[in-house]
Order: sequence, then structure tokens, then C-alpha cells
Amino acid sequence: MTTDQKANENSAAGAGPRPIPPSSGTEVSGNTGGGMVILFFMLGLIVSLIVGWVIFPQVLYSQKKQPVDFNHVLHNDEVEDGCESCHFFRDDGTFSGVPRLSQCVDCHEEVNGEDPEEEKFVNEYVAKDREVPWLIYSRQPSNVFFSHAAHVKMAQMDCVTCHGNIGETENLKVYEENRISGYSRDIWGKNIAGLKRNTWDRMKMDDCSECHQKENVNQNSVQTHKGGCFVCHH
Amino acid sequence: MKVDRRSFLSFILGGAAGTALSPLPWKLTDDLSIWTQNWPWTPVPEKGEISYVSSACTLCPGGCGILVKKSAERVIKIEGIKGHPINDGGLCILGLAGAQLLYGPTRIRTPLKRINGGWQKISWQDAIAEVVAKLMQLRVDGLAHKVACVAGSDRGTVPGLLNRFLTVYGSPNFIRTPSIWDSYELTLYLTQGTRSMAGFDIENADFILSFGSGLIEGWGSPGYMLRAKSMLCKKGGRMDQIESRLSKTAAKSDHWISIKPGTEGALALGLAHVIIKEGLYKREFVDGYTTGLSERYQRMIDGFPPEIVSRTTGVSTGTIVALARDFAGARRPLAICGQGQGHLPGELQEFLAVHTLNALVGNINQPGGIWAVPEPEYIDWPELEMDAVASEGFQQPRVDGAGSIQYPNARYLLSRLPAVINASQESPVELLFVSSANPVFSLQDTASVKKAFEKISMKVSFSSYMDETAAMADLVLPNHVFLERYEDIPAASGFPKPVIGLAKPVVQPLYNTRHVGDVIIQLAKELGHNIGAAFPWEDYATCLEETLGDKWDALVEEGYWVDNAFNGTDWANAFETDSAKFEFTNSEIMALADYAPLKPEGDETLYPLLLVPYDTMRITSEYVGSPPFLIKALEDTILKGNLGLVEVNPETAKALGLSDGQDAKLTTPKDSARVKVHFSNGIMPGIVAIPRGLGHTAYDKFLAGKGVDYNQLSSPAEDPASGHNAAWGIQAKLSKA
Repeated sequence: MTTDQKANENSAAGAGPRPIPPSSGTEVSGNTGGGMVILFFMLGLIVSLIVGWVIFPQVLYSQKKQPVDFNHVLHNDEVEDGCESCHFFRDDGTFSGVPRLSQCVDCHEEVNGEDPEEEKFVNEYVAKDREVPWLIYSRQPSNVFFSHAAHVKMAQMDCVTCHGNIGETENLKVYEENRISGYSRDIWGKNIAGLKRNTWDRMKMDDCSECHQKENVNQNSVQTHKGGCFVCHH
Repeated sequence: MKVDRRSFLSFILGGAAGTALSPLPWKLTDDLSIWTQNWPWTPVPEKGEISYVSSACTLCPGGCGILVKKSAERVIKIEGIKGHPINDGGLCILGLAGAQLLYGPTRIRTPLKRINGGWQKISWQDAIAEVVAKLMQLRVDGLAHKVACVAGSDRGTVPGLLNRFLTVYGSPNFIRTPSIWDSYELTLYLTQGTRSMAGFDIENADFILSFGSGLIEGWGSPGYMLRAKSMLCKKGGRMDQIESRLSKTAAKSDHWISIKPGTEGALALGLAHVIIKEGLYKREFVDGYTTGLSERYQRMIDGFPPEIVSRTTGVSTGTIVALARDFAGARRPLAICGQGQGHLPGELQEFLAVHTLNALVGNINQPGGIWAVPEPEYIDWPELEMDAVASEGFQQPRVDGAGSIQYPNARYLLSRLPAVINASQESPVELLFVSSANPVFSLQDTASVKKAFEKISMKVSFSSYMDETAAMADLVLPNHVFLERYEDIPAASGFPKPVIGLAKPVVQPLYNTRHVGDVIIQLAKELGHNIGAAFPWEDYATCLEETLGDKWDALVEEGYWVDNAFNGTDWANAFETDSAKFEFTNSEIMALADYAPLKPEGDETLYPLLLVPYDTMRITSEYVGSPPFLIKALEDTILKGNLGLVEVNPETAKALGLSDGQDAKLTTPKDSARVKVHFSNGIMPGIVAIPRGLGHTAYDKFLAGKGVDYNQLSSPAEDPASGHNAAWGIQAKLSKA
């Protein structure tokens, strides 16, 4: 074979289709490549969307039942001052939050009705003088400073604005605890996307500032007249 | 269908796009940021109603009023009570950190019994039965006097109950832990004839001459002294500190007079010499209300002219003369003594010499002077009816020798106890109770103290904490801590007025502990007969309320009772000596060994340096161990990592080839320890200093194993005049580690 012949052979091999073994996938993609790429892209997209929107929220929150159920409607009928009958301001202006056992004992020293939840409450907590470890839906992280007095007394806001119509519920809903931060789902809001319809759907910092801006609230500390993080955080 | 590389990448890309379009990354970021800002292991106070309970601090004998802030049932802060006669809103670092002593990990939660070297939890009933069995056996064997009790105080109802129990059981061996107040009590008794407590009207003085007293470092009642020192400064008063080391008190004084350690008594005598020689003393008082000055002068003061004193003390003659003139010339001069926080009784003759200065300037029971504060008299329990065994046991000589021919003046001599036990074939103490004291740590020469304690067949500790003494005990019957119990505080160290405080329970007891007063009453009732009859109260609370009588309501309401009208007794009625005058000397004082600076232990050729201890507000060295907050607040000139620092003059260190910050070995005739060198120009060449209160082996990880224990390196030295421990230092050497 001459050098020219060799050169011709080489060029022929280079120009013509390569002898590809039938098992190679390149042939498939070579023929239907675009479709498969889109298919797999879509597959990845759909799987991650399902993970992100459906599975993730379920994994992120653990479901916890309150130690005892509570009927707000029933109790609201019995008291005179509405929410403030049990969730009152103390003499020093601080807010009492969730009632302590001593407030309940007046009526529930003994079992009054036939509700098994009340029986449980009396036997497990009142009789043993143990505080009920209520799970608090609206508990903010400990670095948040929040004054109920400033909002309820000074700004004349209604409880419902932030807490919703909890006073009209007959049962306590399941407490969903964030496995990472340890706080209630109600802070971020039920909607995992963070969207809200009502003012009480979320309790994040943005929700505070939204209202503060809308109402043109003084952005500075009342005590120090300085603005910044430490007005609401400590 | 085969998945190739491009499909896989597409899948990943699709997944990434989908994830970005889902709330997952944004929500995770948010949650993680909340988590990082609120570490779940960082303690956050329980949310709840804020309330305040006023009580009194019993962590030291200072008697400060405390206002305890609670959130629901959790103690979250302790502060001083404004308007309180002692501390008026102020509080020391230990008081502020008190909540850590309530919630800290070092507490004993239930009665414990030592079995095969380990601890076993036992019930209160079993624990008390064990003690009762031992007590009964000793009485049957005629060894009732072999029961002893070491307590942090001898005043108030709890020490009163312990003492009463021992007496009616048949033992004279109730022993109080030593302090400068032993020497002050003796000084007042010998010169003024009264059994009283020394009080100091610092705030109304205009010249404080302190012979090494850590006035702002925990001497006396810290709450009062810190406040009084500020008042003195505000009023333009002067304070001179005589001390071998630049302590914080020295640094905050108008003059720091650097003196050879252990020679303070000589300087006091030298000052007295000048005042008498130059006729600077207050004639109205000395001529009218005192006796024995010339005899005292001849016997003692004459031998201390400034030239000789200067050689002994290292203070120049000019300074001595000027200081004497300034002191005598001040309107309300006051001399005080007792080293550092005053945990060591010191030399009785030094106290007498310093008290002589106060007498020469007539500042006794006067505004700005030293006042003899009467001992509290509210404890008026029924007379004891002793049975034959009790009478016989009680008449046995005290095991510590106090009150014997050799030590006629001392009331308690705890520092002698280890040596007495070690010198005996069989321990003279068979059963030892320890209450509010940690003698295994606070007595000097730890090795011999431990050896002595090992010889005692049964040791019962009432400690709330696993301290060094509790760790050696056979039974621990844990007391409630100070925020969980009632207790009367019968006086405040060094406070010039009679004052009673009441500590109240701020929270319910957290653990299975019991008030030591209740345990004593129960032990007595179990023993029955005359012993049970001596304790007619149902429980300690009843005993306390009945004892305080008409003061109870005011004490519960206010937290304290103070005799505001007390202004010291006037000179004509103040002295209960035979002459009814202040006695510069008398037969009892003449019988005492003369003053001579005490020589520290150790051969100077082998141990060329002198090791002295110092006190700081940030380290406790008595019963209550320093809580973590105090150790955190320690300067790195005292503790670095787990190594304690030794203060050395750069000159001394350079001669030894040691540099600043270098590890070294500190050796005394007793022991050696690894230390870090800290250069300080505030200490004389040839002297090295370490703080008292570090080097614990017990308590918790926050305190144990940090620094060096001075008591382990040193030994007690007996004051020939009183029998008390007067050791102010020990010979030492420092070498490269």
C-alpha cells in the first residue's frame, strides 16, 4: 500500500459513518435526543415540585396533639369579658398568655360535665397540681420582643387580627411543630408558599412590618428613640 | 429505555428548576436561620408572671437583703434591696450569681450513704435511723463526748439547735469555723469586758487605717463595706492600706504602705508608740475612761520605737511617724485589721495593738469608730434538763482544747482539730456533724486534714453541695439551699448596728432535701427522753416563729429588723471590765504571750521565697463554692485555662530564670503544684502570691481542677496568745516546670 492509498483510506474512514456497535446509546440519542432530554427534565421538575410542595411540608412538621382538648366556644359563653377573662393583662402591664392551672381550678376542682377531656384535665393536672404543658401556636422565637399592651391597649387592636377566630373553635387543632426551628407552623402560616389571605394567617417578621408600615407606626423604640433591630429583637 | 448522561443531567436540571420553584429552599433557609438564632440548648427563662420575693442572702455572714425576681416559679435574677440598712440595693457577685447555686449541677438531690466507696441513695427515714443508731450506741458506751459538730456560725437558730442538741446529748464539742471575728470578739472581751461583736462605722469615719483588710474585697459584710467605702470617698475621707501586695483595696486607697507580710502588728505598736510619746492621744477618753496605758506601754509598746519597727516592717521611720500623726490628728480615725476577707483569725496581739490605736484616739462607740455591738438575745429557749450521761459527757474537756488552761480565751479552735485527731491512737471524735462548713477544703494543710477526717468513723454532712467534706462523708443529709428555706440571720459581719435578717423560701424545694433544723429536731425526738423534750417544737418553722416572737411579723414583712437607735453605748456605761473602764491591759492580757511576728513554716535556705494567699471577690473560699458565673468572671491574671497564676515580682522571676506566662513549679514544705508565672510589680521581690479558694477537687466541672489550692500548700501556725491559726504565709520555692 502506497502512502497515498493509506491517506485515502484514512480520509474515507474519517468522512464516512463510524462503525458503531448496536448496543451504544449514542445511536438512540442521536435519533430521539431532544425528546428524552425534555422528558427527563420534566420528570425532574415534577418530582422536585412534588417533593417541595407536598412531601417537604409533611416531613418538616411533626403533628402533636394538645395534652387536653379545649372548647373556646363553651368557655366564651360562660365568661363576661371575652378573651380577656382568661387571657388577661397583669397589673404590671405584661400579658398572661395561656392560663395557668390556678385560673382553671376555681371551676374545675372537680369534674363538672361528662366530657372525657375534662375528666382527663381534672385527674391528670388539677388533682396532681401539675401545669398543663399547652403547646402554644403563636409562640415567637425567644429573640423576639413583643408587647401585647402596645398593640391591644395602645393601638386598640383586636385579638382576632393576629390570632384569628380561635375563640369560635370547639376543639384545639393539631399543633404542627417545625422539626428544625421547634416553633409552631402557625408562625410561617399553613400555606407553605407563605401566601396569606387573612391578617392572622401568618406571624412572621414581614407580617409585623407590613402592618407597621401601613399604619405608619413609629419605627423607633419608645424608650430609647432609636430604630433598628433592637426595637423588636433582643 | 436507557438513561444516559444527558438524560441524567436533564433530570437534575429539571429537579433544580422544580426545587427553585418550590418553597423548599426558601423555607429551609428561613428555618435554619431561626434555629441558629435560637440555639435550643441556650437556656431561656420560662415565660410567666414576673414576681419579686424579698429575702436575705445567707451565702456569707454579710446579711444583705435580696430581692429575687421570678418568672412564674423560676428564679431569674437576684438583686439587692434598695433601702436595706446593710446593702441598700448593692450586692456582691456571689449574691448575684445565687440562682446558679439553686439550679446548678453540684447539688445533692437526696440523702446519700457511702457504701463500698460509692454513693447509694437512701430514704430520709433510713438516713435518720442510721444516725440515731450511732448516737444511741455512743451513749450506751459512755462516749457521748465523742460526738462533735463543725458549723459555719454559732449564732442564730440553726447553729443554736445544733449546739443545744450536742449539749443535751452530752458533748461539749460544738465548733464554729474560725475567722477574724474570733480575734475581734476576744479583743473586745479582754479590753472592754463585753461579749460582743465588732461593728465598724466606716461611712462616718474620715480616716480608715487598714492593716491588710480587704475592705472592698469581701472583708466583713461586703454589701455594707462596699457601700460604706464609697460613702467615705464621697465625704472626702482618707483611706490608707497597709499590705504587702497591691490588692484591689490597696489600689483604691489614698496611700498604699507596702509592708513585710506578717509584721502588721509591729507597725500598729510602732504607731501607738509615736502617738503616746508625742502625747497625741485623746485625753478626754484615755484619762477618763481607760486604765492600764502606762503598764501596757512599759510591757509592750515601749519596745517598738519607729527605728526598730522600721527595720521589722520595712516601712520607713518617716512614714511611721507621719502616719501616726495623721491618724491621731484626724477627726474620726478608725483602724481595722484582719487579712483579706478575714477567714483567718490571725494574731491576737496584732488585734489588741490595732484596737489600742482606736482606744488612743478615743474612737470607741463613737460616730465613725469601732462599736461593740451586743450579741443578739432573741433566742430564749427553755432551760435544758440534762440526764446523767449528758452531764458527764458535757463536762469532758473539749476536743479542740478551747477553754482549757493552755487556751483559756478561745471559744472554738477548729484549726487544732486535725492535729489532735492525728496525734491520737484512736480518734477522739467518733461521730462528726458538719453544717454550713467545708473544713476539708477551708482548713490549711489539706493532707493532714483528710488524714484526720478518715480516722473519724462516721461523718454526717448537711451540705447541699457535693463539697470536699461531703465527698468524704459517710452520710449526706442535704439541706435546702438558701432560696428554699427559712433561716434567721442574727447579725451582719462588721455592721455597726444590731440587725436581724430573715431568709425566706423563694421557691419550693426542688429536690428531696430537708431543712437541717428539721433533721435536728427529728433526731432529738427519735432519741427521746431528755433530748426529745429539749426540742418541744413540731418543726423548724414553728421553732423559728416562736423564737423570733414579736419580731416575726416585721421580719416576714420587711425581711429585716434593725435597731436604728443604736449608736454605741456611751463610755460611762460601755465597759464591763472590773474597773468599768477600757483596759489597755489587765491580768488576762498580761498573761498572754507577748507580740512577736510569727515566723512562717519552712527552711529559708531550701525555700527562699514567701508564699502568701490573697482574696478576691470573685472566688469564695469557705462553705459555698464559687458558682460558674464567678469563675467565668475571673481575670486571666488569676486563672488561665485550668492553671492558676502565681504573682511574682519581675525581679524575683528573672533571678530564677522565669519569664512572664511561663509554666512553673511552686513547692512548699507541704506540697507542690504546677502554676503559671504572672509578673506583677504590685508584689515585693521575694514574695509570691496565689488566691485562696481555687484548686477544688469536689463540686462540679465548672469549679473542680481549676487553679491551685493554697490550703494544700500551706499549714496552720498556732498563735501563742490565743491558740488560733495565725499563719499568714509559708516559705516556698519556684522553679521551672
